[in-house]
This record gives sequence, C-alpha cells and structure tokens, in this order.
Amino acid sequence: MSALDLTAARLERSGRRRRRKSHGLRHVAALVLSVYALLPLLYIVSASLNPTGTLTGSNRLFRLVGLDSYRRLLASDQFPFLTWFKNSLVIGLTTAVLSVFLGALAAYAFSRMRFRGRRTGLLTIVLVQMFPQLLAVVAIFLLLTRIGELVPAIGLNTQAGLISVYLGAALGVNTYLMYGYFNTVPTEIDEAARVDGAGHMRIFLTIILRLVAPILAVVGLLSFITSMNDFVIASVVLIDPEKQTLAVGLYRMVSNPNYADWSAFAAGAVMASIPVVALFLFLQKYIVGGLTAGSTK
Amino acid sequence: MTDLRSAPTRSTGMGTLVAKITVLGGLDALAVFLGAVLVSRGDYVIAALVVVGAIVLTVIYLSERLLPAKYMAPGLVFLAIFQVFVIGYTVYIAFTNYSTGHILTQDQAVEALLSQSQRRLPDSPSYSVTVVESNSQLGLLVTAPDGTALLGTADSPLRPVDATFQDGQAVAVEGYTSLRFADLLGRQDEVFSLAVPLADDASAGSLRTLDGRTAYQYTSKLSFDPASETLTDTETGEVYVDGGEGAFVGEDGTEILPGWQVNVGLDNFTRAVSEPSIRGPLVYVTAWTIAFAALSVGIIFALGLLMALLFNDPSMRGRTAYRIVMVLPYAFPAFLGAMVWSGMLSQSFGFINQVVLGGASIPWLTDPTLAKISVLMVNLWLGFPYMFLVATGALQAIPGEVREAARVDGTSRWQMLRHIELPLLLISMAPILIATFAFNFNNFNVIYLVTGGGPRDTGAGIPVGQTDILISLVYKVAFTGQNRDYGLASAFSIIIFIVVAAISVISFRRTKTLEEIS
Repeated sequence: MSALDLTAARLERSGRRRRRKSHGLRHVAALVLSVYALLPLLYIVSASLNPTGTLTGSNRLFRLVGLDSYRRLLASDQFPFLTWFKNSLVIGLTTAVLSVFLGALAAYAFSRMRFRGRRTGLLTIVLVQMFPQLLAVVAIFLLLTRIGELVPAIGLNTQAGLISVYLGAALGVNTYLMYGYFNTVPTEIDEAARVDGAGHMRIFLTIILRLVAPILAVVGLLSFITSMNDFVIASVVLIDPEKQTLAVGLYRMVSNPNYADWSAFAAGAVMASIPVVALFLFLQKYIVGGLTAGSTK
Repeated sequence: MTDLRSAPTRSTGMGTLVAKITVLGGLDALAVFLGAVLVSRGDYVIAALVVVGAIVLTVIYLSERLLPAKYMAPGLVFLAIFQVFVIGYTVYIAFTNYSTGHILTQDQAVEALLSQSQRRLPDSPSYSVTVVESNSQLGLLVTAPDGTALLGTADSPLRPVDATFQDGQAVAVEGYTSLRFADLLGRQDEVFSLAVPLADDASAGSLRTLDGRTAYQYTSKLSFDPASETLTDTETGEVYVDGGEGAFVGEDGTEILPGWQVNVGLDNFTRAVSEPSIRGPLVYVTAWTIAFAALSVGIIFALGLLMALLFNDPSMRGRTAYRIVMVLPYAFPAFLGAMVWSGMLSQSFGFINQVVLGGASIPWLTDPTLAKISVLMVNLWLGFPYMFLVATGALQAIPGEVREAARVDGTSRWQMLRHIELPLLLISMAPILIATFAFNFNNFNVIYLVTGGGPRDTGAGIPVGQTDILISLVYKVAFTGQNRDYGLASAFSIIIFIVVAAISVISFRRTKTLEEIS
C-alpha cells in the first residue's frame, strides 16, 4: 500500500467520523424542534384527559387520566359543542363543494375557451384575490344586515349568508390554481369526445372533472380548512350560540383562560382537531404539492 | 387549443329548456320583487344594480353564444357581491357617521324619538280593550267611547271593524284570536311594550295598556315639524334642530339620540389623523403591523430554511418520522393552536411559567414587549412547518448539476450555501415569501386569539392594545366596546387596502407571476 493510498484511507475515515458527528448534531436539533412542535399538542391532549377542569390542574402532564371533561362538555347546556361541530362541518363542507364547483366551472372556461378579455379576466381575478375578504368585514356585516331585512333566509345570523360570503372568495383563490392544472389535460381528449357527439357540459362533467380530481381535492381541502379557521367573519355573522361554529364557540369558552373550564375546552379542541389532522395526514402528499403552488394556511 | 365557439350548437332537450326558463323566471321574479321593495325604501342605486344584474344573467343564459360567460357567471355573482361590492361599500361607509346611535335613516330616527318620549296624557280618557293576536303579532281591539269597535297593531293605526260585542264591549274580531287572562300573564312584556298608533300621523300619540283591559292615550312630549325639520319639546318648549351631523341638537348643544346616518365627508379620516387619542394608536398599530408581518416572515423563513438544510440529507436516519412530527402543528387547526398557546402563556397558571420555567411569573401576555414576542413565537410555531415543507421542495428542485459544477470548482459548503443555494432559493421562494407577508399582515387569529390585542392602551380614544394589528383594530372599533363606530373602522380598512395594494404592486413588479398567464 502506497503512502498516497494510506492518506486517502485516513481522509475517508475522518470524513466518515465528521459526518457521523454532524448527524449527531442534526438529531439533537431534530429532537429539540420535535419537542417544540409537539409540546402544545401533548399538553392539550393531557389537559383534555384531566378531570379537574382548571388551567393549573392541566400542568402536570398525564398525571390524571379520565374522560370526565369529554362527558362534561358533551352534556353541557351552556356550550352546545356538538351543534358547533355540526355547524362547522356543514358550513365547511358546503363551502368546499360549492367553491370547488364554481372554481372548476370558471377554470374550464379559462382553460378551454378562447374569448375576448380572457387574459384580463384571469389577471383581474388574481388581483382581486390580493384583498382578503376580512378587510371588508364591517361592510359584510352591514350588507348582510340589509339583506336580512329583505330576505331573512340569507341575511345576518344565517349559515346560508355566511356560506355566500365565503363563496365570494371561491373564484379568487382557486381559479388560478385550477386553471394551471386544467391546462395539463390534453385537449385531444375533448376533441375525441366532441367527435363522439358529447356537448361542452357533458365533456366538463363526465370527462374533465374526473381527470382533474387531484386539484379538486386540494382546493376543496384548502377551502374547508380556511372556513374552519375563520374567526372574524363567522363571529360577526353568526349571533345565536346554536348557530355558531367551533372557532367562535370554543373562543367564547376560554375568552378568559384563568377562569374557564380549561379541560372541557381541551376536550373540545381535541375532538375538533382530530378530523382535520387525520384528513391532513391522509392527503399530505397532495397538499404539499398544492403548497408549493403558492397557497398559505 | 380548440375553440368551442365554433363547435356546432347542440339542440338542447325540451326538459333542459323548461328547467332553464323556470330557474331564470324565478330569478327575474325575485329581482323584480326586490327591486320594487328597494325602490319603495329609496335605495335606488341598489335597486338598479339588482335589476341590471338579473337582466345580464338572463341574457347570458338565454343567448346561444356567450358560452364562457355561462361557465363563469355563477362564481362571478358571488365575487361581485361579497368581494368587489363590499370593498366599494367599505369606502361608502368610511364617509358616513354609521355607528351606534347613527344606524337609522332620519325618518326612522324621528319616529324612534317620538315613540321613546311618549308618556301618558294627563286626564286622557280610558278605553276598554281586548288584546288580540294574529300571526303571533299582538293587536288591540278597542271599544271607542261612542260604542264602536276599532282595531290596530303596532304597525297599523286604529281603524273601525265589525266585532262581536259582549256587555257593550268588543271582545272578538274575525281573523284574530282574543288572548285570555292567563295568556296575558305569560306575555306581559310584549303587552306592555305594545303601542297602537291612533292615526297615521305619529304625533297623534298611541294607546297603551298596562293590564290588558284598559288602555290610555299616550302622546310624545316631542313634536316634529316636517316643514322646518325641528323637534319641539311640548313641556319645556325647547327646540331641537338638525345639527348637520346626524342628530337633533338642543339650544345648549346637547345631542339627543338615536340620530341618523349622514354623509360626513372626510370626517373619519380627519379624526384619524388629527385627534391625538386616535392618531397615536393608529401610528403605532400600523408600525407594529408591518413589523409583525416582516418579523414573522423573517423568523419563519429562517427556521424553515435551516430545517430544510439540516434534514435534507437522505442518509439521516428517522427523517420521515421527524418530518411527520414537525408537520403536525401545520395540520392542527390554527385557531385552536392560538387558543392553546394563549392558555399555556397565562402568567399565573400557564404551563410555560409553571412547568417549563419552574414556577416563574413572567407576564407573557400582559407586558407590552413580552406580548409582542409571545405572538411572534406562537406565529413561528404555526408557520414553520409550512416553510419547512416549501423550502425542502425548493431545495430539492435545484438541479444536481449546479452543485456538482460548484464542487468541481472547489467551493466550500458555506460558499455553496451563500452563493449558490440561497440565491436560487430566494428566487423560487420569493412569491411564497410575499404571500406569507401579505397573509401575516392580516393574521387576525394569532393576535386576537392569543392576546386579544392587549395589553390595552387605556389612554387611547378607541379600544386598542399594544399588540393590535390593523385588522384586529378594525374589528375592535367596529364590533366591541360601548360605541361601535363602523364609519371609523371602515376608514381604517381603507388604510389597509392602500398598504396591501402598494405591496401587491411591488410584488407583481418583482415577480413574474403575471407573465406566466398566457
């Protein structure tokens, strides 16, 4: 073995050692960050299992374990948790389905048809999206009050009114995202269907919509999460406690954490988040793809 | 790409056509109804918008052409009302005095004032009455002194009716149910508040009953003179005139409320910049909003990038497990995350002080500086997983050849990061960083659900705190506190519009998003 080979071997060994050392540091960093990420979640699960109810009592993680606070919350007259849950699901799902449909209709037109003002139209929609609806929350409140005087069914304090408001954002956020995906479906497919005698509506409903299903799932999920997370507009539009959503209802429970039934809130938080977290982990692959396309939570 | 306009028009089936005409017919009927109601209320502009909107929709769906419009109209309707119109409406409200005490129109305000100041007319005759009900609305069936029957409700003045009499007293009338004594007890409050006008003219006064059997004539101590638009107190003789600011003002300058809504021009904006108790908070809230958004982007990006660099090594064991754990805060609903942190940061009972810091008493949410740090830390927790995912994606998208070439040229790891990876990452992530900035600029949930905008600034003339950002300030001015000032809140909204517009213009110039739209 020549001296050169020896040196090379020594170099390689030390390189490996250095890499192992840096891996060790990485694991330390990863553990620290994992604790930071996980601690609040572990804390809230532990608090929900704590029967005592107070904020102080929740500090000893997993010292006491029981389902009392879940029972207390579900039986509570003051806080109709299950109703809030149902409201959030109904509002979230309706908004998601309708905004996917409205967005897909518009994206189909932008992607498959050529008309005057197409580019300007798309540009305008992207620009309008820059102004989030919550900026106009005062005007939305007063507008729905006025609408309610004429047509009470879609006015203030109705879920239909709130969904309509959310649908106002349906085009802005989604059309551009969907438009890009629609463009990846080859037009030859439309062509072939047309030759076979299918009309534009049929091509849209039975062919295109199936081929773009992944983006529909992403947009639907993002719009569901957005409406779940909305506090501002929901708190202003929905007044009766039985009409409110989880975000507004749970906030009322702990608007003063020191005196609230913290365990019951924690139980509510755990129950409210399980479906969202499960859905998220299940669809993670798609969401990450959608994220890089430029959407924020 | 194909042009659908040139496609042969397919003859639509009879059923579809009927359905279409039915839906459009219903829509137009509704629009005509709404238009008529709006015109009768004097809302001419809105009435015109409703009618024009209905005509446009009808034309779009009846026309043989205009195919793209048929697909876009449903979404555009919602966009037009709840995204575009509300922005215009915000501007309109910002020029009015719309607030608690100034919600009504002038006519409604006069009516409200007259009925508020009603009191029993001394020596007024007593009327024997029966409380009746129809469609859950109460009314009074009155036996007039001359023995005839009169009927009226809160909305419709007394008019003669044919009633059934018993012992010379009207007891029942067709179309109404007479309330029994037991019913009266259950609905006392409703009965007490029922005032049936004697005539169309509100100054004639009304009948009220305290026991459900006898009613007395009540008149307002104020009287309105439509010609001079003044209110006169008939007891003291004081004259109230329209003060020009949406309320009647007495000789000594006192306003009587409710007032009404008037256009006040630039008043809200002038107040915002000239009243020190509003200007001060507005300035520091705007500065903090920009700082909060910029700092949030900075720390979230720094941590996300660091993590992407650290954990983007395929040889590292347990990467997938770490990744799932670290993405969990992103999967957890953000509003809940903010509320959980708010409890954990509580000064005397929270987890952070009691457990992590072993019983410290640090005012995380009530000290002005610490509260700012707290909301930033919570925001970091909510945001870093997202930036980690995005930065990892962007890092992996850098072609291997680039790194290879640099390595051949003998660059160190640091030089590679500093001069090659970072610049490339910044280019591909610029749109996302701008979007994150814009999002955090209006990140209401983190502020309102963690600190409520507090600690409160007690010296300010509006409800505002040290961690408030513009959007939470708008919310608090409009919807919390004793005096809800929609006009001032809308003026603040416009400030946000301007800042957001400026940011958008700059970001669009910098990125090429718009050029990608072909």
